[in-house]
Amino acid sequence: MTTHPTGPVPAEVTGHDTAGSVQELARRCRALLGDEAVITDEARRRTYECDGLAAYTVVPALVVLAADTNIVREVVAHCHELGVPFVARGSGTGLSGGALPHAEGVLIVTSRMREILDVDPRAQRAVVQPGVINLDVTAAAAPHGYYYAPDPSSQQICSIGGNVAENSGGAHCLKYGFTTNHVLSVQMVAPDGALTRLGTTAPDAPGYDLLGAVVGSEGTLGIVTEATVRLTRAPEAVVTLLAGFRSTDDAGTAVSAIIGAGVVPAAIEMMDRLSIEAAEKAVACGYPAGAGAVLVVELDGPAAEVETQVGEVREHCDAAGAFEIRQAVDDAQRALIWKGRKSAFAAVGRISPDYIVQDGVIPRTALPEVLRRIDALARDNGVRVANVFHAGDGNLHPLVLFDGSEEGATERAEDVSGQILRLCLEHGGSITGEHGVGADKAAYMPQMFSDDDLDTMQLVRCAFDPRYLSNPGKVFPTPRLCGERPGRRSGTHPLQDAGVAEIF
Amino acid sequence: MIATGVLDDLAATVGGHAQEAGSQDGVAGVPARWVAAPGSAEEASALLHTAAGLGLTVVPRGRGTALGWGSPPRSADLLVSTERMDRMVEHNPGDLVCVVEAGATIDAMNEQLAQHRQQLALDQPLPGATIGGTVSTTRSGPRRLLYGTPRDQVLGVTMVRPDGTVATAGSKVVKNVAGYDLAKLLGGAYGTLGLICRLVVRLHPLPRARMWLRAWYTDAETAAAAALRAAGSQLAPSAVEIRRTVSAAGADVFVLLEGTRTGIDGRSRQALELLAGATETTDIDPEDGDRLGVLQAGPEDTLVKVAVPLPGVAAVLHTVQAAESRYGVPCHLQGSAGAGVLHVVVQARERPDAVARTVTDLRRAAVGGSAVVLQAPAPVRTLVDAWGPVNGLALMRRVKDEFDPDHRFAPGRFVGGI
Repeated sequence: MTTHPTGPVPAEVTGHDTAGSVQELARRCRALLGDEAVITDEARRRTYECDGLAAYTVVPALVVLAADTNIVREVVAHCHELGVPFVARGSGTGLSGGALPHAEGVLIVTSRMREILDVDPRAQRAVVQPGVINLDVTAAAAPHGYYYAPDPSSQQICSIGGNVAENSGGAHCLKYGFTTNHVLSVQMVAPDGALTRLGTTAPDAPGYDLLGAVVGSEGTLGIVTEATVRLTRAPEAVVTLLAGFRSTDDAGTAVSAIIGAGVVPAAIEMMDRLSIEAAEKAVACGYPAGAGAVLVVELDGPAAEVETQVGEVREHCDAAGAFEIRQAVDDAQRALIWKGRKSAFAAVGRISPDYIVQDGVIPRTALPEVLRRIDALARDNGVRVANVFHAGDGNLHPLVLFDGSEEGATERAEDVSGQILRLCLEHGGSITGEHGVGADKAAYMPQMFSDDDLDTMQLVRCAFDPRYLSNPGKVFPTPRLCGERPGRRSGTHPLQDAGVAEIF
Repeated sequence: MIATGVLDDLAATVGGHAQEAGSQDGVAGVPARWVAAPGSAEEASALLHTAAGLGLTVVPRGRGTALGWGSPPRSADLLVSTERMDRMVEHNPGDLVCVVEAGATIDAMNEQLAQHRQQLALDQPLPGATIGGTVSTTRSGPRRLLYGTPRDQVLGVTMVRPDGTVATAGSKVVKNVAGYDLAKLLGGAYGTLGLICRLVVRLHPLPRARMWLRAWYTDAETAAAAALRAAGSQLAPSAVEIRRTVSAAGADVFVLLEGTRTGIDGRSRQALELLAGATETTDIDPEDGDRLGVLQAGPEDTLVKVAVPLPGVAAVLHTVQAAESRYGVPCHLQGSAGAGVLHVVVQARERPDAVARTVTDLRRAAVGGSAVVLQAPAPVRTLVDAWGPVNGLALMRRVKDEFDPDHRFAPGRFVGGI
């Protein structure tokens, strides 16, 4: 794994010298907010040094706890004036270091902005502030028979603002899509401090789909201060199946047969032997004993359709060699089945002192081949890999297990983790399905995209943030100098000279 | 500039597939000078690089089904036709994804996909359309309620920028969050940011059974209420359409159910309960149902796309009826009451002032949404702002400036004169 530069952005890019500006920013923020919401004390700043990816730490120069849109707007406007970089942070649960602070910048925390402003079941919409917890939207909609569909595993603690930044998915996005399919409109503070609305409460807002670009831009295009989201009608029936197989190959055969038959389950999740073992140790989920793989298949919709689909899925699982199939019909049984799957990441802590959570995507049909290659990679490098994945859409979450106290083990694990991403790309997939690029994977972007691809994406960045102040150093390995025409660059990149960026 | 020299230069980049424009090659009434048809992204890149050197204005064209939509361009030197880029490049049925060139028609795609019992689930309001044109103008029909729009179905894009640079974003897998989603930015951009050459789209299985139900209501308000009930039900309908024909007091509601035969039997009984209050409820020929999404606008009609939050559908119906009686303009309304996206056809070419007033009223009724004039005769266009208020326009101008600094691509065709 290559460490990613997160140091100060040089004056060539920002047009400003950041030294001294942070003190001035702190002074202005205190005048605006009082002392309580402006953190300058080093020990307290240190508590924000990482997000959900603890491998990277940077202590922010300043932390501001924003209580409302106006505060975000004012702080960003000051950042723009003073040339100080800013990073937005919601609940801090991201797994790619997207909210990793900037050493000479301000961390703007939106977790205090957690008001649900409106729930309108007739319009199938809710309006929420960015710090609202994902599951709380569903809780507010549930009495009306609705829910908020994107359900990342961290949904009990992650915030909508973070979900919008990362375009979060979840187990049910196979059928229901990602955050981008469920956000209709946002109010955001652009990097120049201008308050802007994108999209409308209705679909198909006229003009460029800037909202489509902002969702998933990992905080590099501004800070979202309010989101209008779609509410989805709760299905009439939900059935969850748990099927035990001898091997991942057998389970994979079942997945292919289900999809091939035209059934679109709400979710199909797979776990392999090692991840099942970990989950059993952690939460005693009672999965079929001796299974080399389990599938969790959830079907939802009108009762009359679900009943037919359940029968078909059971047949396909039987035909593929399932030795045990359990069917949950109530919430308690369903929760038990999901418990094992949802605890999987944390559970591997029971069987290994250290682990890396990887997130890559392959075309679903490449699953058996890629699993064999991962197995070989693990063997060759003397590490263990537990596999948990969203089998329906080919999103792998290999967990690379290692003991950091062992000489060279960390490096070997990081190497295997990186090679898994290369495997994904070799098979026409992606380096991230839902965790984001952030600080963690910027170095891999040139393996997935050409210079021209990255340059073109950064045209959007230049339109929104020509001074490179909004979460700099994330997503793109090499910043584009805005106003620069491609192909006319000679010599080394100024950021390379400054030691800030490498050409990967 | 000597015209023949330009044609030679252009033709050299596309294997000779360039010619002088004919009288049929205008864009919304604006005549073009040349038409060129690149056969690949590489040829398109060479063509657009040459066009950039010559300072030509450029308008992309698929089959031309929606070429009259959007504002007329200020200039259209070169039409870039995608007709030679019409191949399905990749289709692995097990992945429910396909890679296709922009000039492929949705009909041709679906013919191929049907062999694998799969489909690109995009309706065609204007039949015969290409996938590239459909994405560029973000067209949708009845089934958007279940399957979404091009926005939800395009996974990746290969484009050629106005300066000739070829760029790809997205990927060939359903789930991917690496980099900016340029496909969304190009969707609905009316060719103002560059040329779409290739798309990766998500596919869906063909349903085993389907049923279209029709319910007729003697008053429009009851119809709108029934549609809202169906949209908010647990029936999971693929479409909830509403149709109100010229000068009618009432309206039809149509519901499409897709699934298994046994499933649909049960669901159709529930649907009939939801559609209570109808004078008549019946199932209709599925082929007739599938044609419901085809827009009923003649070339001289004004076509307005009205998007509203779901409870606002009733207000749009009311506005249409009021406009008819107040201004004497015949109006036809059709669209997805389930998604809140309606199309109003105003048939009064000799009364541009009355048409303009109707547009203004529709815009006022579309609280929280929008009313966009997709198509209109010139006298109407001079009286109305085709796009209406647009959120984020300042940022949109900056995006345009970055992608097309000389404003050569479909200039003037888009919001705010972009």
